[in-house]
Amino acid sequence: MSNNNLSVISLVSIGEHPTSRRPRRAEQDARAIELGIKLVGDNLQTLHAGKLSDDPSQQTALRSYLGMGLSEIHLLEMSENADAVLVIAEYLKQQKIDIILTGVRAENGESSGMLPYLLAEQLGMAMVTSIAEILSIDEVNQQAEVLQALPRGQRRKLKIDLPFIASVDMAAAMPRQSAFGPAMRGQFEATQAATVTDQESSGWQVADAKKRPKRLKIIKAKTAADRFKAATAKASGGGGKVVHGVEESAQAILDLLVEEGLV
Amino acid sequence: MSELFRRDPRAQWIARNRLHPMHQALVIGPVFGPSGLLRKNLHIIGFIGPNGLKRIDRSGASNDSEQGSRRSATASEVILPLHQVIEPAFYVVVVLDLVSGRLNGHDKDTLGLAQQLANRNCGNDNGGGAVVAIAFGELKDDSLDKAGVDRLIHINDEQYAHYNPEQRCNDLQGIIAELDPQHILLPDSINGGGDLGRRLAAAMKQRPACGVWKLNDDSVVCRGSAGKSDITRPLSKLMLVMEECSEPVSETRHENIEIPQKSSRLVDGKLLDQGNISVDPNAIPLAEAGFILSGGNGINDWAQFHHTASVLGATEGASRVAVDDGNMPRERQVGATGTWVTAQVYIAVGISGAIQHMQGIGQCDKVVAINTDEGCDMVKRADISAIGDSTEILARLVELVEQRKLAKQTINEGTSNE
Repeated sequence: MSNNNLSVISLVSIGEHPTSRRPRRAEQDARAIELGIKLVGDNLQTLHAGKLSDDPSQQTALRSYLGMGLSEIHLLEMSENADAVLVIAEYLKQQKIDIILTGVRAENGESSGMLPYLLAEQLGMAMVTSIAEILSIDEVNQQAEVLQALPRGQRRKLKIDLPFIASVDMAAAMPRQSAFGPAMRGQFEATQAATVTDQESSGWQVADAKKRPKRLKIIKAKTAADRFKAATAKASGGGGKVVHGVEESAQAILDLLVEEGLV
Repeated sequence: MSELFRRDPRAQWIARNRLHPMHQALVIGPVFGPSGLLRKNLHIIGFIGPNGLKRIDRSGASNDSEQGSRRSATASEVILPLHQVIEPAFYVVVVLDLVSGRLNGHDKDTLGLAQQLANRNCGNDNGGGAVVAIAFGELKDDSLDKAGVDRLIHINDEQYAHYNPEQRCNDLQGIIAELDPQHILLPDSINGGGDLGRRLAAAMKQRPACGVWKLNDDSVVCRGSAGKSDITRPLSKLMLVMEECSEPVSETRHENIEIPQKSSRLVDGKLLDQGNISVDPNAIPLAEAGFILSGGNGINDWAQFHHTASVLGATEGASRVAVDDGNMPRERQVGATGTWVTAQVYIAVGISGAIQHMQGIGQCDKVVAINTDEGCDMVKRADISAIGDSTEILARLVELVEQRKLAKQTINEGTSNE
């Protein structure tokens, strides 16, 4: 695509493997980068707010983004538990950005998924959630067409005004592999950012997720006979209709499909 | 109420016992015919026992016509007690998802939690709060009163048939400014609730509690770190709640009074819905697909099967036999050993229904069976069973669907020409 005049920035975070809890590249952020690279190629800017460890072995998560073919990641340095929204908003206000790509939610911390919405509010941009693809960008009318991922594999086409923020869904194209060489060669361009501590979350208690109890089937029957029936009755389709004959069968099936809105 | 006939042993005992003070009241005296002869009505002698057979008690002077009369159990619907909030102390707002105009489980759980929040601190004199449900667009469900809706704000307009979160967010801000609710709850779902709630939070500058799954006294437990941790935090004004966060309301009826409300005017929407686009049904993962046409051992003409699936726009599935025979790829297998599907409509062609297959389709809403054998397990499970040759039925179905599409097209062309 020839979108050389566009300025696209993707916001990346450090992910966390669900089982081993090791830092990794966040899956949705990687998809956002993949989308960005397809859109503008080398002109994609990348931003991370956080702290970079001096130990190279601790940098692997961020470096794996570099390994996707980025030359550098802009780093807004702040302490680990600081609020990233204000810092990022402050930085982005000074730039002229057309499209901001993020993941839907972070893989660690509160992971409320609020960041793109707060940024959109602060920057006065349009916001579209869980996109799977950017179809086209009309720079004359300052509009873009995006595909939004819906449940059951459906897609919705949306027209959105530039500039906008989009959070990228897992339904977007798989991210490319991260190559080791480019990952090591890539640079971090760090700037010291103001630290805004999140006062509210300091009072929260965080524990490992407990398995949620399975909901019990509560039978509110008045009599013992009803309770017995409910406990022992075999689940059946109940009132299934049997149709004979080709014409009648086909018609009955078609009626069902029409009723369900599938044809 | 139960359908069983219950005998009343006490009444029977009174009827037998001529010395009992209530004996006369229960036993109707002897009936004499026109000629003066004592008449016995044989039909009213005795009573119907629990197994449905007539029993005649010959032990005493039992003339128990009372017992003979069947006390038929009235199978009337239980009317739940009405929960009224005449002057609400405060409001709890719930914004419903309403997928295709109906309440889903997530909506009901959210309403259940809202009722819990509305009634948790109400003592003797201070009444509880009222749950205000906000519904956008078409509302087909008529069970809102049983789901726990005290007040309803229904905003319906042509534009709400589409995806317009900015407009909805704007409307909500107006409603919230008017009602000043104590809590605002939205389902944290991919059907719009999660998106709308976060938009609202950003616009109201409120920090939401996302992924709430449990309410303790004055705190909530939320899922954080993309499901890896539990965060216990104080109750917040705006909460996005997960499924099964609370039991749905089941013991009370609610008033469901509609509060009239007009939609607000939003001038500059930055998002425009262009409608859903058609996706290749076979590109949808089988576990997510909403409409599946599944083939089994009973199919002879596989080319026709594929053609039917493409005409219907259905995702293809298969039973294990079809996969083992090499007619379908392994990733299309439905069942305990393949994929567990959750389709809205599942058409099983020539599948008799092995137990592993039935487990795999347990979550399906409507099942259609096309089979030659009327006694097979799939027919027992199915909502519609077509008994006959699958090749003929599918051919006829394809014809009907194509006719329908053609008719639709001509109507569309007719309207566009005008």
